[in-house]
Amino acid sequence: MKDFRYIDGAAILRLDRETCIGCGNCVTVCPHRIFELQEHKAIIVDPDGCMECGACATNCPVAAIYVNPDDGCGCAALIINRWLSRITGKTVSGCNC
Amino acid sequence: MPLVSTSLRWRDHLGTIGARSGSYRSNYKVIPGLYGVGRPGPESPVLVTANYKLSFDALRRELPGIDAWILVVDTRGINVWCAAGKKSFSTDEVAYQVKSTRLAEIVRHRELILPQLAAVGVAAGRLRKACGFNGTFGPIRAADIPAYLHRDRQADEAMRTVTFRAGERAVLIPVEICLLWKPFLAATVILVLISGIGPEVYSLNAAWTRGIRGITASLLAVLAGAVLTPLLLPWIPGRQFWLKGALVGGLTAMTAMAALLPTTWAANLPATIALVLWIACVASYLAMNYTGSTPYTSLSGVGLEMRRGLAFQLGGTTLALGLWIWSAFA
Repeated sequence: MKDFRYIDGAAILRLDRETCIGCGNCVTVCPHRIFELQEHKAIIVDPDGCMECGACATNCPVAAIYVNPDDGCGCAALIINRWLSRITGKTVSGCNC
Repeated sequence: MPLVSTSLRWRDHLGTIGARSGSYRSNYKVIPGLYGVGRPGPESPVLVTANYKLSFDALRRELPGIDAWILVVDTRGINVWCAAGKKSFSTDEVAYQVKSTRLAEIVRHRELILPQLAAVGVAAGRLRKACGFNGTFGPIRAADIPAYLHRDRQADEAMRTVTFRAGERAVLIPVEICLLWKPFLAATVILVLISGIGPEVYSLNAAWTRGIRGITASLLAVLAGAVLTPLLLPWIPGRQFWLKGALVGGLTAMTAMAALLPTTWAANLPATIALVLWIACVASYLAMNYTGSTPYTSLSGVGLEMRRGLAFQLGGTTLALGLWIWSAFA
């Protein structure tokens, strides 16, 4: 996203160019357009634009992409509940968003 | 096959208001299955969507003059993107609906047009094996579907890029506010209770007069954190939401002080500082919570900023409450 930028260097996203077969699925599905195909392989052109949605990894046929696997939305209330659950040992029910 | 209209009726609009305000947001569903718009036939495109009624309405209202099938998958009443994130909008679920609606007997082609944002949960490449249909990712917004279909299934960069315009930010405000009534009530009770503490041990009169100021401050905090911050988001300096909220909260508080208590705010400085700090802290938390509604904040980033944000909010609130009690003796 060009007009909204979040914390640089925070997102966990890795692409293994050795494994990549250049199918272009990641280029298609990324809602922030951070991938490009160069020389028949994907590259990450804007790593700080990543929001860790995981669409690229889900649609990579050769599992060449790794995204932060913690799922769920990023609302503070849910994250606090998750931190508390680590202390209390209870499981959290997801929020309704 | 149920045919649905492409125009929304007053009941749909009323339902939208109800869902947007949070009253039955988590139970606003469409029965999963196959629907049609226009006069769909065996060659008509199949558009897949979630069974949250807002998603279903957002799709069908963009299809006047188009003959198409709508395949509604069971996402437990959650919208496309969030459901895909929670993996209820998944490859298996799409395949299940294709089979249970016997789609292969209804259409001659073998193509499903999926919303791009469903890609978080649906691996389009695995659909063929799972149900005999090929998955193609269409545009992000339903509004772009007519153009996408007319251009022979070509989505340009704009159609594939998520946006967060003023209107898109604004529709999220009511639910954030309506879900606040419980913590707001709790904060009100605490504020009124501690407002009565003073030199005469406990004063009901002070609980009332000082309590009103506390409640006004809480309302200003909600305005700053849950309304102004989302609306002014691109223009507020900083990237971390707790900072943006604290900044807007602080400025809102000081503006309100100057407007509501133009001559008396300096008379009891500890009380004034307590209220400004309270507003800044609550607004900071509410802004931080808004990260759950934005389409560009990564979970890693939110975790990172929350450590700093919570420290500021907890420390600041404690200080504010302490100053508030102390100011009654000043």
